[in-house]
Amino acid sequence: MLLDVREIICGYENTIIVDGCNFSVKKGDIACIVGPNGAGKSTAMKAIFGLIPIKSGQVIFNNEDITSLNPQERVIKGMSFVPQNNNIFQEMSVEENLEMGAFIHQSSMKENLKNVYNLFPILNEKKSQVAGELSGGQRQQLAVGRALMTNPVLLMLDEPSAGVSPIVMKDLFTKLKAISKMGTSILVVEQNAKQALEISNLGFVLQNGKNKYSDTGKALLQNPEVRVSFLGG
Amino acid sequence: MEIINAFALIINYIIIPGLTYGCQLALGALGVTIIYTVLRFSNFAHGELMSFGAMTSILITWIISYFGISIFPLPTVILALPISILITISYCLLIDKYCFQYHRKKNSKNVISLIVSIGVMFFTSGLIRVLIGPNDRTINDGERFIISARKFKEITGLTEGISLKLSQSITIIVSIIAVVLLFWFLNKTKTGKSMRAYSDNKDLALLSGIKTENVIFYTWLITGTLACIAGTLYGLDKSYKPFTYLQLVLPIFAAAIVGGIGNPIGAIIGGFVISFSELLITFSYNKFLSYLIPINFLPEGSLQLLSTDYKIAISFIILVLVLILKPTGIYKGKLL
Repeated sequence: MLLDVREIICGYENTIIVDGCNFSVKKGDIACIVGPNGAGKSTAMKAIFGLIPIKSGQVIFNNEDITSLNPQERVIKGMSFVPQNNNIFQEMSVEENLEMGAFIHQSSMKENLKNVYNLFPILNEKKSQVAGELSGGQRQQLAVGRALMTNPVLLMLDEPSAGVSPIVMKDLFTKLKAISKMGTSILVVEQNAKQALEISNLGFVLQNGKNKYSDTGKALLQNPEVRVSFLGG
Repeated sequence: MEIINAFALIINYIIIPGLTYGCQLALGALGVTIIYTVLRFSNFAHGELMSFGAMTSILITWIISYFGISIFPLPTVILALPISILITISYCLLIDKYCFQYHRKKNSKNVISLIVSIGVMFFTSGLIRVLIGPNDRTINDGERFIISARKFKEITGLTEGISLKLSQSITIIVSIIAVVLLFWFLNKTKTGKSMRAYSDNKDLALLSGIKTENVIFYTWLITGTLACIAGTLYGLDKSYKPFTYLQLVLPIFAAAIVGGIGNPIGAIIGGFVISFSELLITFSYNKFLSYLIPINFLPEGSLQLLSTDYKIAISFIILVLVLILKPTGIYKGKLL
């Protein structure tokens, strides 16, 4: 098990949003967290990455308890996070964005840069363009590319398909699959449950901050209850 | 001939002083803009930091002169500059450690840091008066002119002379070097890029492993260097009077905001906009027109749009106009 999240409880100030959830990601797998709005998906992911404090529970990464580490320390351990909003450096060029992603992994930068350009050829084409001028889909590719520059073991994405067209989304999911084939495990929070479950080995359905269903992606897609309540029939 | 005389007049009284003063303002505005983009507050202490830099330059010049070292025809202060830059940087870092860091750690609102900077401004100006006193000091011990007006007239035979002071050319050359180095640092080095990344998207910069403390260290390093150079050049060109630096804060902020605060190129352009506006509006056009139109048609009076006493008001007017009409400045800067 690469990532094992045990019974985490977290939230803001006095409200508890995630109430005792379990997640796990195996090496080379894609896992997704789906569920209705306000189920606590994004909050759970932020807690796993250390962006918000955990009230109780444990986060085990690579057989190491990382619950008390801050996000920067988790990046060094091999986690990488693509936030939902503000996930690129708007005023810097595409290549500079990627260079900043490699800030702590300077030694393997050239190689990582080549990999990212191979994965997202459009970024290579636009490498000297200012990132703020990119289209929505290209921005998401850049955001994912930046996160890949740290050479992560686990890539975490918060709603990567938010605000992009269905075609771009499909393309992005294909890319995610390619990334996992290359050996990077992926944990993704998604609003579009169907597409996310299709590419996932493991799926976690959240409701009101609790695990409602946890199963393989395929099994969840075929589960009639899940279909009716979360996938629209 | 008359037209050439008119142009010589303009070059001597507007172009050369405007370029010099513009360089000094641009260096000051760059310092303000860099603090604003990285630390997110308007540093009102910047004028006094410039004064502090100029003061240390003078003190070190005295020490150097005491040992009889000089680099005539260049002024001795050039030798002192590297050391005084280091002292000014140390002072900036101390100020940051004991004044600004506390509020950064506490995540206070940016306006608190702005108020702290006003406190730092008063403290620094007091410190300067204790250390060197309020008197007027001249630091230019080098050759005064590269070309004096009289020599120019002898060579060209014109009635109007153009003079180029050594201090003016030093100001322009040193400013160009400083700006080139700054842009090289911000755009080409890893540390410079990480500073830009931090100012662009702080959260993402932290996620990428960029360390806040490093960025802040380099920010004060650059600010201290720019403040010391700008302050020393201003003192070299005019003379060193501690109170004048308080009055420089307004044109410097006007320059930074006119250019678009947060944009280094904007700060430079803004510096020249302010300096040339001040000179063009307070210039007496009487003599200039006397070369171009017959004496009979020449209007009476000095033909000044505003008296030089109102110099400071001009940058204030420009500042207000820009804030009303185009708050983002010439280059799209951040909104205040």
